[in-house]
Amino acid sequence: MRSLEAWGLLGVAVLLVVVLPGLNALPAGSALRISDFTLNLFGKFLAYAILALGIDLIWGYTGVLSLGHGVFFGLGAYAMGMHLMLEIGTRSVYGNVLPDFMVWNQVTELPLFWKPFYSVPFTLLAIVVVPALFAFVFGYFTFRSRIRGVYFSIITQALALSTWLMFNRNAMNLGGTNGLSGFKSIFGFTLNSAATQRGLYVATALCLCGAFVLCRSIVRSPAGRVLIAIRDSETRVLFSGYSPAAFKLFVFVVSAVLAGVAGALYAPQVGIITPAKIGVLPSIEMIIWVAVGGRGTLLGPVVGALGVNWLQSLLTTHYPDLWLLVLGGLFVAVVLFFPDGVVGTAQKLLKGGGHLGTMGVRLTGPAKPQTEVPHRQAR
Amino acid sequence: MWKSLLLALALLPGLSAPAVAQSAGASAVGAAPVAGPSAEIAKHIADVASADAEVQEAAAVALGKTGDRKILPLLEALREGSVYVRPRPGGQKETVIVGDKVSEGDKTLVPLFRAYGREALTGPDGKPLLADLTTLEEVSTGRRLRIAIRPLIDAFSGQSDLANPDPATRRAAATKMGYTGDAATRQVLEDALGKERDRWARFALQEAIALIQLRTGNDGERVAAAEALGRLRSANAMEPLYQLTGDAQTPAPLATAARAAIKRIERWGLFTQAIEIAFQGLSLSSILLLMALGLAIVFGLMGVINMAHGELMALGAYATFLMQGWFTAHFPAYFDYYFLVALPFSFLVSAAAGLLLERGVIRFLYGRPLETLLLTWGVSLMIQQGLRLWFGAANVDVTSPRWLSGGIPVMIGVQLPYNRLFIIGLAAVCVGAMYFLLFRTDAGLRIRAVTQNRGMAACLGVRARWVDAGTFALGAGLAGLAGCAITQIGNVGPELGQNYIVDSFMVVVTGGVGKLLGSILAAVGIGGLNKIIEPGMGAVFGKVLILVLVIVFIQRRPAGLFATKGRYAES
Repeated sequence: MRSLEAWGLLGVAVLLVVVLPGLNALPAGSALRISDFTLNLFGKFLAYAILALGIDLIWGYTGVLSLGHGVFFGLGAYAMGMHLMLEIGTRSVYGNVLPDFMVWNQVTELPLFWKPFYSVPFTLLAIVVVPALFAFVFGYFTFRSRIRGVYFSIITQALALSTWLMFNRNAMNLGGTNGLSGFKSIFGFTLNSAATQRGLYVATALCLCGAFVLCRSIVRSPAGRVLIAIRDSETRVLFSGYSPAAFKLFVFVVSAVLAGVAGALYAPQVGIITPAKIGVLPSIEMIIWVAVGGRGTLLGPVVGALGVNWLQSLLTTHYPDLWLLVLGGLFVAVVLFFPDGVVGTAQKLLKGGGHLGTMGVRLTGPAKPQTEVPHRQAR
Repeated sequence: MWKSLLLALALLPGLSAPAVAQSAGASAVGAAPVAGPSAEIAKHIADVASADAEVQEAAAVALGKTGDRKILPLLEALREGSVYVRPRPGGQKETVIVGDKVSEGDKTLVPLFRAYGREALTGPDGKPLLADLTTLEEVSTGRRLRIAIRPLIDAFSGQSDLANPDPATRRAAATKMGYTGDAATRQVLEDALGKERDRWARFALQEAIALIQLRTGNDGERVAAAEALGRLRSANAMEPLYQLTGDAQTPAPLATAARAAIKRIERWGLFTQAIEIAFQGLSLSSILLLMALGLAIVFGLMGVINMAHGELMALGAYATFLMQGWFTAHFPAYFDYYFLVALPFSFLVSAAAGLLLERGVIRFLYGRPLETLLLTWGVSLMIQQGLRLWFGAANVDVTSPRWLSGGIPVMIGVQLPYNRLFIIGLAAVCVGAMYFLLFRTDAGLRIRAVTQNRGMAACLGVRARWVDAGTFALGAGLAGLAGCAITQIGNVGPELGQNYIVDSFMVVVTGGVGKLLGSILAAVGIGGLNKIIEPGMGAVFGKVLILVLVIVFIQRRPAGLFATKGRYAES
């Protein structure tokens, strides 16, 4: 069975990494050809899937609901975006070495924190390190003081709100509400060529496979067991001699890094990154991808990110007014009727399950209190 | 003119030509005013119609100087350009004011009014006289004339306003006259000051007199005026005083006095600004408190964070909007009272929505707070989009009732607006009512019992689920009240709830769950901090700083300001 599952996953990986871009590379007019637009859209969704994996790690496995993952996604995306802005150089509208919005805002000199982003290695490092550092500092202080459950969710939501407000300011020198856009090339490759986009897609798909393997190894390790134990009863874990705070901090940082990488892959494929991607609403939308796909499974978030976003792009083109209603309905329906999500429910139906991605651990208990609120308790 | 009059009369059946002549004569006799203008004024009235702009202006100013109230309509008409000259028999001319045009066939007719006192000129039949516009000669009024007339009109209208029974009108009139008045106005103001009893009207009068003195007095008077303005801490005097200090021709003693006065006024300005900020902070805190009260009690009771709380508030605001529309449509005469009906209405609407939410979905999720959070977020999205589809994405307009506009002046430069006072009062009443409910009634006892120990309370016969539903509805209703209140000081749009929800969560987290006093202190602290930081560092840094402070605070006190003491392990 195990090997069957592994083969299945390998098949999906090959499909994503080799077959789809291969079909896109077919000559135009061929019946099997996937259009550039579709592949680009798919690339975006795969970037979201990486992010969803990270959220699943912290929420689905550790039971910590973060409503601020848009922030880490944004940090990665802005890090990449800043490099791409600098790479434009004098090809910009104003022909200035400074990004257009700086010329517009009458900034005469490149701010100091922009300068290192000329360097490619620094940018790649920043994509990982900046979200990690931010998550570490924030997580250290919140987990240390045992902020948990809904408290943590609310604090992270406030974090998303404040970050969004900060990034909207022109004084931040990050493009204000318009964000960063107008990218021309990435590491020397022209962005509007189909080949570059295909390359970006393949990179995204590879990163997704890497993220999947990473998450799989984490949840299968003894540490992964502790994570699940924290989700089910944090206090017992504490009394058993483990430090839940350290484990939570670890997953929080890992999931922030995954979000940052996802953002960095998102920015060049979509061509723009704005604060609208990092606020309260996008942060909580990411949660619903995981919930719909099935939290506590590794395949779930990938399926959810692809499915929900596909639905969104379908609805927003045809019935733009309906999307928010449908999104709200999805929250309600998933919570009330499908707490295990698509993948989880499928596994239940197949029974004998616990295979496709769940690593043989029984996951979401339907009515079991996962987080307790202090004052409701008996003394 | 005669032609048209004859024509008009000829149209009346049964009138013969001699009758026309006779009645026309009568009208001419009647035109002699009972208390006519003096010869001097009559001459000026004639001169105002002169084609020579200088004669015209001199006449207008002379008229203004007479201080005769019956001249005011003429001056106003001159400004509007509705002064005409009509020919009289014997080659004479009369200056008249014309009213609104009336079309009759291809003619444009206008009613005529006397220049002095604006009495309607009547025809022989006693009806208002209508004249063909083409038979009249328009008096041209240039821009210069209009500019010259304006202070004259202000002085006149100011004079009548100074006698108005409403102190606010008297105050406004005095302030206005202070800006434009001259030495003559000053005398009027001083007379008024002698009779004035209202403190704030007296202040306005003194300020106006000093301002005029500063402009028109001799050197000694001007210095005294500058000092007086400093004593009055008149914010209105800042600009003229600045001009004086900037002007090289200002005599040295006056410049010194002006500088001293500016310093004094500025210091007072800082003080009043601080009071205003504190007051605004307090009213923001009141809104947050109304929001957080419901959230905190529900959170304490059920462990549920209601993400749709902000939308319940928005529902309250839209309910107020609907009530306003209903009053406009059905009881326009009682429009000012719509708000009194809207208050309970918005409470009921939001409470009903809350009850529906609790009974419909939340009760199935008991003990799963994170799921509830997501579910209520979904509900909030749906309500938000529903409001957007129903009422449109733009903000809707809610007009304050008249009794909530304006404010009480408490000291110079500080006015406490009624709407904010009302909101503070509303929050205070709600807190008082909540306190009474929680600590002095049986229902409150049950709520507290279930909050402390659900299982034990249930064993003793408290219907915990009913308590849940009732409390949830109550909390939702409070949010509705907050929404109703917010219509008076902020915009009402579909995103209304989102603007306040995060702040109210911060209040709940800081204040501790289910604690009245904690919620009050946290609301006042966070609302006040928001307003204190805003002017100096901007709203954004304010929000960020508050988040940081809250996180630091929770480090010290993880269960909020007032944690229930006890020895128990969580889960």
